[in-house]
Amino acid sequence: MEFYQRDRTLQPAGYTPIYKTSVARSPRQSLLSLQGSLSEITGPVFGQNELGPLDNDLVRNYAKDGDPIGERIIVHGRVLDENNRPVPNTLVEFWQANAGGRYRHKKDTYLAPIDPNFGGCGRALTDENGYYFFRTIKPGPYPWRNYVNSWRPAHIHFSVFGSGFAQRLITQMYFEGDPLIKECPIVHVIPDEDAINRLIAPIDLKGSVPLDTIAYKFDIVLRGRRSTLFENRLEGN
Amino acid sequence: MVQSLDYLKETASQTAGPYVHIGLIPNQAGFDIFENNFTNLLADENTRGERIIIEGRVIDGTGTPLRDALLEIWQANADGRYNHELDRQNSGKIDEDFRGWGRTGTDFDTAVYRFETIKPGVVSGRNGKDMAPHINFWIVARGINIGLNTRMYFADEQDSNAADPVLNLIEQKTRRKTLIADRDDSGPIPVYRFDIILQGDGETVFFDI
Repeated sequence: MEFYQRDRTLQPAGYTPIYKTSVARSPRQSLLSLQGSLSEITGPVFGQNELGPLDNDLVRNYAKDGDPIGERIIVHGRVLDENNRPVPNTLVEFWQANAGGRYRHKKDTYLAPIDPNFGGCGRALTDENGYYFFRTIKPGPYPWRNYVNSWRPAHIHFSVFGSGFAQRLITQMYFEGDPLIKECPIVHVIPDEDAINRLIAPIDLKGSVPLDTIAYKFDIVLRGRRSTLFENRLEGN
Repeated sequence: MVQSLDYLKETASQTAGPYVHIGLIPNQAGFDIFENNFTNLLADENTRGERIIIEGRVIDGTGTPLRDALLEIWQANADGRYNHELDRQNSGKIDEDFRGWGRTGTDFDTAVYRFETIKPGVVSGRNGKDMAPHINFWIVARGINIGLNTRMYFADEQDSNAADPVLNLIEQKTRRKTLIADRDDSGPIPVYRFDIILQGDGETVFFDI
């Protein structure tokens, strides 16, 4: 019922000076460790009826007068937990820059053009096997102000819920072979090389649609729940 | 050698970045794409319970409020029951008109966030100790590498707060008040003000849940 303790050796610290913005935005006091109660082991539930039919098709969900510019890709995979069980019916949300590395956002002033046919966001509910998929355009890299010559590798942001609020996770997916990954301060706030590699999606030719769209496979692992027969009492009645 | 444990490893967190609005609250990013948007309004006209507003800011270590933070809240209903299958308390009823979850961004100009919801009831905690009414918060933003978890309690629940097993875990008593929101009854709907201090003087207590 309750979740395994989060393995903080696989997670970035709050204070990571190589990513400058983290310096003023990270707590200085230790996090207070809480055993799970109903407040942590439960979380919001979403239904397919809340999503629109094009919500997982970023090629079409903002198209005005044609397809967006760029490489057509499919991104698919499973949401699993640490026990290697699928996380079914959970909400996965994603957002990204367009092929030129520009976000459709009033605060993004990068000189690459907005694509009139690309919104850059979507969402899906995993099926009973924890599987999700969506179609999009491969995002471009873009510069950002960390050092004066910092460039983000191409990436897609992911937000995942799981079945309890303690599983809530936001992360970023990178693309196999991108030379900017090894240079990126945001990537390297993660202290564990294998944990970084698990954020890099491989090309998946078997998942591709021949002569149409290439695929990348990206699995996401959320925290697992304890399952021993000797339960702690989480509630009183 | 021994057998290997075959647990998978949790995916690493990454910052939500400055453009988190695109994915989670696209209207704030400046465009309309989804038919159904998730919002900061948790209750509709049928929801049971006292209507309240929660307002506040998220403030960094230099005293500057964040204008690009995203917050989510998760809470029990007026009976103290979560709308989730694992809540098997028999003391209260599920409210079909209340999911108990909402999200919003801090305003680009004022830096204020706001939720409109109902006041939750007491929830049974571990080993039968009641938890005072509270709302669970999760905060992400550019510069936050992994989402921050905290709780908001209600200043008008003094007795309940004094017995709360989580507040009582906070060793430094002066820090407990960082989780307690004051109530303002001057308007038509009570407003609880809850500022979240990320760092430094008055730093909010954050939890590893």
